[in-house]
Amino acid sequence: MEIFVQQLINGLTLGSIYGLIAIGYTMVFGIIGMVNFAHGDVFMLSAFIALIFFLILTTWLGMSSIVLALVIVMVIAMVLTSLWGWAIERVAYRPLRGSFRLAPLISAIGVSIFLSNFVQVAQGARNKPTPPMMRDVIVLFQGESGYNVVLSYKQIVIMATTAVLLAIFWYLVQKTSLGRAQRACEQDRKMAALLGIDVDRTISLTFVIGAALAAVAGTMYLLYYGVVSFNDGFVPGVKAFTAAVLGGIGSLPGAVLGGLIIGLIETFWSAYFSIEYKDVAAFSILAIVLIFMPSGILGRPEVEKV
Amino acid sequence: MRWLKDPILDVQHLTMRFGGLVAINDLSFMAGRGDITALIGPNGAGKTTVFNCITGFYKPTEGMIALRKPDGSHMLLERLPGFSINWKAKVARTFQNIRLFSGMTVLENLLVAQHNSLMIASGFTFLGVLGIGGYRKAEREAIERATYWLEKIDLIDRADDPAGDLPYGAQRRLEIARAMCTDPLLLCLDEPAAGLNPRESLLLNELLLSIRKDHGTSILLIEHDMSVVMEISDHVVVLDYGTKISDGTPSEIRNDPRVIAAYLGVADEEIEQVEAEIGA
Repeated sequence: MEIFVQQLINGLTLGSIYGLIAIGYTMVFGIIGMVNFAHGDVFMLSAFIALIFFLILTTWLGMSSIVLALVIVMVIAMVLTSLWGWAIERVAYRPLRGSFRLAPLISAIGVSIFLSNFVQVAQGARNKPTPPMMRDVIVLFQGESGYNVVLSYKQIVIMATTAVLLAIFWYLVQKTSLGRAQRACEQDRKMAALLGIDVDRTISLTFVIGAALAAVAGTMYLLYYGVVSFNDGFVPGVKAFTAAVLGGIGSLPGAVLGGLIIGLIETFWSAYFSIEYKDVAAFSILAIVLIFMPSGILGRPEVEKV
Repeated sequence: MRWLKDPILDVQHLTMRFGGLVAINDLSFMAGRGDITALIGPNGAGKTTVFNCITGFYKPTEGMIALRKPDGSHMLLERLPGFSINWKAKVARTFQNIRLFSGMTVLENLLVAQHNSLMIASGFTFLGVLGIGGYRKAEREAIERATYWLEKIDLIDRADDPAGDLPYGAQRRLEIARAMCTDPLLLCLDEPAAGLNPRESLLLNELLLSIRKDHGTSILLIEHDMSVVMEISDHVVVLDYGTKISDGTPSEIRNDPRVIAAYLGVADEEIEQVEAEIGA
């Protein structure tokens, strides 16, 4: 029981990070039908941006309030990562938009390799740690065996930040004109253009929003694990992509749900079975779900656009 | 021939080839400001291709399509990027097969059409999310305009239903309302009466006449339903095999032997007679 509750908390924390990344995959897929394989590396890049600014703020400028530093770092990471997301779309994807379907996909793999190598060269190949921070925990209850079920401050911060950002993001997509234009472009890009919507700009903004959410995930990842390396984009990226597919690619609530499920599977499997096979478990569940629900949990079946 | 004096749309020597197929061949016509101009012709005559050239779906192989604004300036539609044809040149269109955003609500479909003014008012969303600027006012105005159109097309009760759930005739009217929400100078309608029953067809005529009367929007329409064409249009252009075979008022068209021949075909023994009539 204690282990169950503890793993539930851990899984939800991990799942919220995956969910934030998964939104970037699912939004881009929804609007241009392309899997942005570089998104995982954009996430890794944002974690490095967060690390660099965190160190500048705390060690150089001597900022003592960790919370304030984190807020500033997160905003900076969001802005800079958005610029990266915008630039990647402009340079690597937009020129290929009229091309055959696989061209932007290959270009995305290229961007992914470029980003991880760029960070490796610029920051070195070793793991980069942050100074320890927010190590306090709340003991929720003590089990019979003397095992404490704890909720760390970090986990509270991660889950709360994710929830708040998802709410803002939900408002953006459902209630603002930008969100309406995005949904319109998803359904019928040519018709949207005929109503005066600048489709290219809307696609750019989709990449910007996806990158900003990845930056939040990157900051949270750094806070949670306290360490980041140049190849940390790959596995979380693939897991988040899996989450997007599991939830139904193109569906925003699906991406978050998929992220939470993948996070929970991973932590429960690690706790009850074997930690080595946690990734195998996550991907196996994906395979099984897709056999029975090919369009994912909340995805709509592909409708032929005429 | 008042459309020659103050044309809103001036198409000159328009040619569209797809490989070896000539879909439109050296077509020139004008549509008058404030007129309802009908583009008719048998199946495969190239009417929808003309629309696709006007609205930027196709880049014409040759020719010029000029939209003349009320202030006398003109814009060359074949040179504008896709979205500017609506946003800058103020041309809107509907489709033969309805292209509503079926997953969005009826109201949202009308609000999407007012995207640009809302984006400007909200400072490209960022200021709007922060509550700065005239976003609320702009959004209220957009909803008011949408409400006006919903009342006009009699769909106000279904504003929050998904557009895809509406009956066919209502979807057609909604598509026209959506096009009108972009505040166009020229409204291009591709077979608006297709699939409508006689009562709906009558409502459509009223809607089109009131659009012209109340909003001064010029209309260019493709239509097979001759009752609609003859009833409401001021000017008819007839296409056959990509070329213009006749151009005039509805009554002139009705009696033009070339048009009758194109529509009904000619019996072998009549060919000479028809040729004599058209002076070929």
